[in-house]
Amino acid sequence: MVEQVAAQTNQTKTSTVFKIEDCDIYYGSYKAVRDVSMEIPPNQITSFIGPSGCGKSTILRCLNRLNDLIEIFHLTGKILYHGQNLYDSDIDPVEVRRRIGMVFQRPNPFPKTIYDNIAYGPRINGFKGDTDEMDALVERSLKRAVLWDEVKDKLQESGFSLSGGQQQRLCIARAVAVDPEVVLMDEPCSALDPISTLKIEELMMELREKYTIVIVTHNMQQATRVADKTAFFNAVPTESGGKVGYLAEFNDTQEIFGNPKETATRDYVTGRFG
Amino acid sequence: MTASDVPNTRSRTAGEKKFDGFFVGLTTAFAIGTGLLLLAISFIILMAAIPAIREFGLQFVIASTWNPVQDAYGALPMIYGTLVSAFIALLIAVPLGLGVAIFLSENFIPLKIRTVLVFMIELLAAIPSVVYGLWGIFVLIPAMKWFFGLFGLQFIGPSMLTAALILSIMILPIIIAISRDSLASLPPDLRQASLGIGATRWGTIFRVLIPAAVSGIVGGIMLALGRAMGETMAATMVIGNSNQISLSLLEPGNTIASLLANQFAEAKGLQVSALMYAAFVLVIMTLVVNILAQVIVSNVKAKYD
Ligand SMILES: Nc1ncnc2c1ncn2[C@@H]1O[C@H](COP(=O)(O)OP(=O)(O)O)[C@@H](O)[C@H]1O
Ligand SMILES: [Mg+2]
Repeated sequence: MVEQVAAQTNQTKTSTVFKIEDCDIYYGSYKAVRDVSMEIPPNQITSFIGPSGCGKSTILRCLNRLNDLIEIFHLTGKILYHGQNLYDSDIDPVEVRRRIGMVFQRPNPFPKTIYDNIAYGPRINGFKGDTDEMDALVERSLKRAVLWDEVKDKLQESGFSLSGGQQQRLCIARAVAVDPEVVLMDEPCSALDPISTLKIEELMMELREKYTIVIVTHNMQQATRVADKTAFFNAVPTESGGKVGYLAEFNDTQEIFGNPKETATRDYVTGRFG
Repeated sequence: MTASDVPNTRSRTAGEKKFDGFFVGLTTAFAIGTGLLLLAISFIILMAAIPAIREFGLQFVIASTWNPVQDAYGALPMIYGTLVSAFIALLIAVPLGLGVAIFLSENFIPLKIRTVLVFMIELLAAIPSVVYGLWGIFVLIPAMKWFFGLFGLQFIGPSMLTAALILSIMILPIIIAISRDSLASLPPDLRQASLGIGATRWGTIFRVLIPAAVSGIVGGIMLALGRAMGETMAATMVIGNSNQISLSLLEPGNTIASLLANQFAEAKGLQVSALMYAAFVLVIMTLVVNILAQVIVSNVKAKYD
């Protein structure tokens, strides 16, 4: 499996974006995830699937250090981003999050206008341009999230005036407005109706050209539709009575769904548990 | 759900339904009664104030003599004192209170210590105002005398500034409690969304969290302003009760509430009516502040939802 991953990365011109090495993740003394090692390639969609509670969100949130907000969180091992360990003491998590954006499960626009939702990120990151340039940036970001046509006449209305699917695309536009390299998405469609879901999926396919996307999904069809590579996480009981998540299998999406190596993967993708 | 077609569901007895209706009626009566109370109080005050209103009209609020011997009354110095002392109190208490509220709603210090601090701040609100007054006389005034002495300034003690300082401490717990509650009740998503696009903690607090909680914060500030304008005992004890308008904050002044407290016991005739008139003006002022608060809050909210 490891060789396959390596072969895959060699084919693409640029190097690996994330290299996770022997990561154990703890909440206090509780070990939530053990011994994860994987490499995430650039300009592809990598999906994380697996039963709930197996640590998909936990790992995703380590990739941009959003877990730092949880006091009891800590991690051993390395998460290399272009060869640089994100958890080195001299790394500024704020800078990390600027380059590695995040879209959440529930659409969470700011209680601001649509325009200000997009402009917020560039502004706090020291955007130097004038109003025209900001207007252009807002337009570009909204177009990239395929939302422009729907909102161009009401940029000064509240972000909450949009439908759930539109709000989620607004959040994606907000994330791409700061021009990140990676966009992490934690079940971005689970609160949306099927049509909005399809729109977001199309959007992800387009964004792949420019960004590296990592998406957690509980929807296996979604993984087969959008993902180039899929990681299946599983959870096993521990002696102490809890359970711990681990990476069961990571491969091209067709392989995971068509020809899984692990029994647990096969059981999961054929719907026998989870 | 209808009782007939759902098995295992008993229908309500007539008695129960009657009690339900009675209960609704009772609570409605309480609610309306509370509203009527406000009207009744305002009405009584207005009634008692009518002789003075006849005598002085609107002149009352712009005249600045208060002379019971000649029965000439004007409330401008007290209106001025009420507004100035309350606004200076706000000027001090708002930044301080907001700062404390931010500190207590974030995880800068362990939750246990925060809980203790919150409890102590709430206790601050429970101290009787006469105790604040005593503290003002025996601690604050000597301290201010010493402080102004450093600059060679003569400071008599009771003054507008002293009153404003005491008031600011008294309204601090209101501002802290309400601002903290509205910050703490924001969805955690909001914070994550902001941090997730590379905002710093300060950026997140000042550009996302405070704007999102602004209606609660403004509401708290307005409540505090109302409290500061109506506060009687502590203000009376340290403001000097001098019916003059002085631009210097170090001079004594007066507020409507302390005027009432000081003069009501010995007042008779037209003076009672004039005091009632002053009370009516105070009621109107606090009412305006509260209505203003509602307008601000609903305006800010309308922008968001
Ligand atoms: N903030 C937290 N504090 C403590 N435990 C947590 C926290 N977040 C998640 N966990 C635990 O970590 C495990 C993995 O959770 P999560 O990453 O959310 O799983 P998934 O996203 O795969 O459903 C679960 O057992 C969960 O209870
Ligand atoms: Mg999750």
